[in-house]
Amino acid sequence: MTVETQTSYDVQTIRADFPILQRRVGGNRLIYLDNAATSQKPRQVIDALVHYYENTNANVHRGLHTLAEEATEAYESARMKVAHFIGAEPESVVFTRNTTEAINLVAYAWGLANLKAGDVIVLSEMEHHSNIVPWQLVARITGAKLRYVPFTPEGELDMDALERALQQEPKLVAITHVSNVLGTINPVEEITRKAHAVGAKVLIDGAQAVPHKPVDVARIDCDFYAFSGHKMLAPTGIGALYARRELLEEMPPFMGGGSMIRRVTHEYSTWADIPTKFEAGTPNIADGIAFGAAVDYLQRIGIESVQQHEQQLTAEALRLLEAEEDIVIYGPRDPKRRCGLVSFNFKHVHPHDVAQVLNQRGIAIRAGHHCCQLIMRRLDVTATARVSFYLYNTIEEVHAFWKALDDVRKVFGKYGGR
Amino acid sequence: MVDDELYREIILEHYHHPRYKGALPDANLTAEGMNPLCGDELTLYLKTDGDRIVEARFEGRGCSISQASASMLTEAVQGLTLEQAKALQERVKAMLTGAPHEPFDEDDDLSALEGVKNYPVRIKCALLAWTTLEEILKR
Repeated sequence: MTVETQTSYDVQTIRADFPILQRRVGGNRLIYLDNAATSQKPRQVIDALVHYYENTNANVHRGLHTLAEEATEAYESARMKVAHFIGAEPESVVFTRNTTEAINLVAYAWGLANLKAGDVIVLSEMEHHSNIVPWQLVARITGAKLRYVPFTPEGELDMDALERALQQEPKLVAITHVSNVLGTINPVEEITRKAHAVGAKVLIDGAQAVPHKPVDVARIDCDFYAFSGHKMLAPTGIGALYARRELLEEMPPFMGGGSMIRRVTHEYSTWADIPTKFEAGTPNIADGIAFGAAVDYLQRIGIESVQQHEQQLTAEALRLLEAEEDIVIYGPRDPKRRCGLVSFNFKHVHPHDVAQVLNQRGIAIRAGHHCCQLIMRRLDVTATARVSFYLYNTIEEVHAFWKALDDVRKVFGKYGGR
Repeated sequence: MVDDELYREIILEHYHHPRYKGALPDANLTAEGMNPLCGDELTLYLKTDGDRIVEARFEGRGCSISQASASMLTEAVQGLTLEQAKALQERVKAMLTGAPHEPFDEDDDLSALEGVKNYPVRIKCALLAWTTLEEILKR
């Protein structure tokens, strides 16, 4: 193969930072192409966890001793790094467990206080279950109605249908920034502008965007933006919600407990300042600090460079798969219109079987409905196979994946796989 | 060859040529099974005369293991009494979950499913048809 990548950083140097990439699976060097599910972690992030537990472990926002001060300082400094990474102020960033919890926070704290019977919530059919189910639960309590914007056969959001949905003057538009199945990058600035014009609040699910492309919430101008740490080199169990400052100030708390109060009496309590008002109980301090280390790592490399590198891998994967007559690709064909993942199916082999056979070569891909049953229904499949890339993947790994598809044909081929 | 133990010839053969696939409009016992983790879907139809299964069919979409297992099930229960079907279901379930059971003869197609127990993620695929049968027999 003569395809060369033009990446502004040295991929081999990056790979050396990720201990797990040395792992062998079934005698083969691991080829990890399941980054949209979760990313691997660099030594720097793992070290941040160990350093915290070995040197500064203490509870935050209370206690006057040195360790408590250091832990608080490290945790709040991580919040600042995460906030600045998406163009926000730290007061506007609430740490959560993950994107799902961030969306649930908005659904319960903002939704229950602001939605009433008959109000419309606009979602899209390319949403992950985490941006559907919380709204169904809140709609059941409030009597609000859900409207779904479909996607086109090319896998792009149907903007005409969105315009029609906006004519119903929804209270909220909740849309994903990047689809975890189709890879589509949605025009979130345009969506926000149009939704605001009819008075709707806008929530963007950024789980697949922040790890892979520059995101600036001020430029998008959205009201809420949710994302997870674990898909962007940080540990599991830590994520973030950005919300417009005045909304956070107005919203009632999501959970009650320690930390989030100012004064507690027998009858009532008053709340702490934002964002602490939304972080009841001892937070996930260690993982929060490691989230900051993950952001440091990405910033050192440059998120634009990461995006450019992934685009080249995606373009190559699309080029190779498009040439295969027995394979169907889902989502936009133009690699510039999508993030670094490709969903596909063999016409005659179930994706679980594809993933199983590739695993024998140490190649980790995802097969399933990807928590997007509405997309599966529209594509008329029960599942797809998906490869998803990150900054440490190489063009050689894309080629190895493509060659291993012949193993699938060897097992299933004589029955019509090809 | 890859995954010999999982992708036994007989499993692939059932997958590509399922024995009793299709709806059974005059079925008197029907149940739907689903594997929410992977989206596999299955409908099992039984037509009984007294306590004897006179016809069994399935419809569904899923991986080779779930579909082959359903094909084997429909083949194996034709003509069995409901009680015999229950005993067979329990025997297959025990085989797939590694519990003590009377092993199947090597020339019985069902013996090919035994290898699945070494692939923990796939056990649910193989079990789908059998848990759907269990649902029916519980009634």
